[in-house]
Amino acid sequence: MTRYVLPLVVFVALAMALAAGLTRDPRELPSPLVGKPAPAFRLPLLGPEDGTLAPGDLRGKVWLLNVWASWCAACRTEHRVLADFAARSSVPVYGLNYKDDAGAARAWLQRMGDPYAASLVDADGRVGIDYGVYGVPETFVIDQAGVVRYRQVGPVTAEVMARRIVPLLKRLESRDGDG
Amino acid sequence: MAMGSRAVVAFLIGLAVHAAAAVQSDADLDARVLALSGQLRCLVCQNQTLADSNAELAVDLRRQIREQLRAGASEDAVKAYLVRRYGDFVLYRPPVKPLTWPLWFGPWVLLAAVVAATVLARMRRQTARVARNDDCDTGASRS
Repeated sequence: MTRYVLPLVVFVALAMALAAGLTRDPRELPSPLVGKPAPAFRLPLLGPEDGTLAPGDLRGKVWLLNVWASWCAACRTEHRVLADFAARSSVPVYGLNYKDDAGAARAWLQRMGDPYAASLVDADGRVGIDYGVYGVPETFVIDQAGVVRYRQVGPVTAEVMARRIVPLLKRLESRDGDG
Repeated sequence: MAMGSRAVVAFLIGLAVHAAAAVQSDADLDARVLALSGQLRCLVCQNQTLADSNAELAVDLRRQIREQLRAGASEDAVKAYLVRRYGDFVLYRPPVKPLTWPLWFGPWVLLAAVVAATVLARMRRQTARVARNDDCDTGASRS
């Protein structure tokens, strides 16, 4: 009897591991930046106000960096989720306008609504490369010390927001309260 | 030939040599960029190399590679630059490190284990057969 048990156990264990693998998206890559300082940059604001912004300017608070563009169709699907979040939360969302035309970008925000505290213009995509962006939209969670804590590839859905991002933000904010 | 036209000819030859040299070094750079891009994965079209892919990100990354090689970076430095941003997946050849030991050595270990198990099973069957033969001999010699 026991000589049949061992292959069965091995089979069940293997089947479970493979089934778990089927639920994951092979195109999604883990970001090597998680746990590391957010790459530095200084980019101009999309406007209408003038000025520049760097991640160092945002030390001391938790913030979201959302990579978007007016030519990106998937950005439309996450826009409602971001707008809802921005309205309800004190955590600022900064946009990284990636390889876009400033006029088109501003018009897009005008039409869809602007959930961002500010949008930064990454016209040639170099900052995107520094952040390992390979599929727009992407969203990063950056903590008070300027360390990347999470990277979302693809649109932020309500589920991702509720299950991954909001709990992480709560953890980060409470940690700051203790420290 | 007059002095003036000799100078012009010399100047033109110098210009041509310089242009040829520039084209030559550009060709070298092209070759290096192509070779290196062929070892790297396009993150957008993930079954193509950076050399083959027409995705916009691939174009941008090839440009980055070109700039860095021209500025004097080594192939390893450029690879490290990309791995730092995109992870090991950007390399077509997974690095050998503890996380990937099962990938590189697993098949050999599995092969060794199967061979060992087969040999052991055969040895066990041999000794069992030998034992039975002993019984038969004892029985035959008695009768």
